[in-house]
Amino acid sequence: MKIAEKKALKRESIIQTALQLFSRNGFHKTTIPDIAAKLQMSVGNLYNYFSSKDILAQEIIKYTSEALGKKIRVVNMTDVSAQEKIYQIVSVYFTMAKEKPEMIEYFLRVYLSNREVFSDGCEGIVCVSGFITEIMIFFDESVSSGELRNQDFFSAFGLFMGYLGGMVFLKGEEVLPHDIEYYIDDISRNIYNALKA
Amino acid sequence: MMVTKPRLLWLQSITCNGNTHSFLNHPDLFSILDHFEIVHHPALEGSYTFNDVIEGIVPCDVLILEGSFTQKGFLKGGVEVSSLIETYANKAQHIISAGTCATFGGIFKQKDPENISGFCFDLEEQTSRYEMYRSKLISLPGCPMHPKWMSYVLLMIANKKKIAIDNLHRPVELYGYTVHTGCTRNEYFEWKIDVKNFGLKEGCLFYENGCQGPYTRGSCNKILWNDTSSKTRVGTPCFGCTEPNYPQESLFRTKTNMGIPAKMPLGVPKRAYLTLTGVTKSFKIKRFTERLMEYDK
Repeated sequence: MKIAEKKALKRESIIQTALQLFSRNGFHKTTIPDIAAKLQMSVGNLYNYFSSKDILAQEIIKYTSEALGKKIRVVNMTDVSAQEKIYQIVSVYFTMAKEKPEMIEYFLRVYLSNREVFSDGCEGIVCVSGFITEIMIFFDESVSSGELRNQDFFSAFGLFMGYLGGMVFLKGEEVLPHDIEYYIDDISRNIYNALKA
Repeated sequence: MMVTKPRLLWLQSITCNGNTHSFLNHPDLFSILDHFEIVHHPALEGSYTFNDVIEGIVPCDVLILEGSFTQKGFLKGGVEVSSLIETYANKAQHIISAGTCATFGGIFKQKDPENISGFCFDLEEQTSRYEMYRSKLISLPGCPMHPKWMSYVLLMIANKKKIAIDNLHRPVELYGYTVHTGCTRNEYFEWKIDVKNFGLKEGCLFYENGCQGPYTRGSCNKILWNDTSSKTRVGTPCFGCTEPNYPQESLFRTKTNMGIPAKMPLGVPKRAYLTLTGVTKSFKIKRFTERLMEYDK
């Protein structure tokens, strides 16, 4: 394996480990030495990959956004109705919340809750564009095909993603009486009914 | 020895005379025309009358066509204009379709879309005449065409230079650009800031006000109108008047799907455009929120 490939793998393992620790223990309670210890690497070497905790945090949100964006892109590329795509996007989101809860938790409990960490380098949607771009593509194509009602982007985006984020937050608080996947059908239908033309 | 000038014939079909008038505004009109013998022109003195044209006896090296084309039913002097045009198109060494009507069908095509077209193109499709005339065809779409686009072609012909063209026979020197190129509002396009009112110098017209400049081929912001300005520079959206599908509807309003422009800048994939847009919109640049210039009140 080439050195560059080794470094890329190491970089990703740092991101994944830090993602879990930040999501579980919070951004401020997690230190660089904690992350280095978990990875069995020296603090100095970790700084070779990420020059600060803030920069590591910013790279993680880009990483999670890209990962989610890639899955939604697959949905966008399929030749099915907007209603079916809504169902698939909700499924992707909730499945990720169940199988890799740290990905969504990080967004809700680190990214949205520690804005000062992201204010320089992750302005606006800069670090989450991988995910938001795919939602834009979905809306654009669904309005263009006449399936969804034309309206301001953010009124539709807030309804869709605010709803999903809220449900995952409730899951994280352990107040949902059912498994998150139990809600996929109803929530998909609710979103479609709210947005349809 | 007397040098024979190329003989230039300007024929009109279904037209508003817009291209004739546009060319008359060329600041160097007569020095350009001095390279040619004008055998007949709708507004300038020529060496032959229109009756001579109808009789088919006029010599012609360069044929300029203005106006939309129909095979039957448009007569001048009792003669089908289509047959007149074909007579001289066969004689000519160069055929220039002046304006969008002559090139693609344009505005007059709306009257009878089935039967009215450009001379060699019907929108983007080749007409039955295309194969016969393709070797000598130059397209100069525009509503109207810019006078300097015509003078570029005429002077290239007069100097026996080869004119590089694209698949719709438009000179690449003139139509290789989009109208967006050279627009004074480009900084606002880059940072996705729309103009707040017509007439303001600040802001881009692409996002809300219907500007088609980013996906319209033409050099309006490179070769300025009246050597002074352009639609977009003065605050009017580009109407896409050089394009085969001109005219379209709602020229002052950008069609959007949930706020996302339905048509992308030429050749730009929507995913790439949206990624870039999301990033640039995340930054607020103070200079672009201010007036470009403040005057004494």
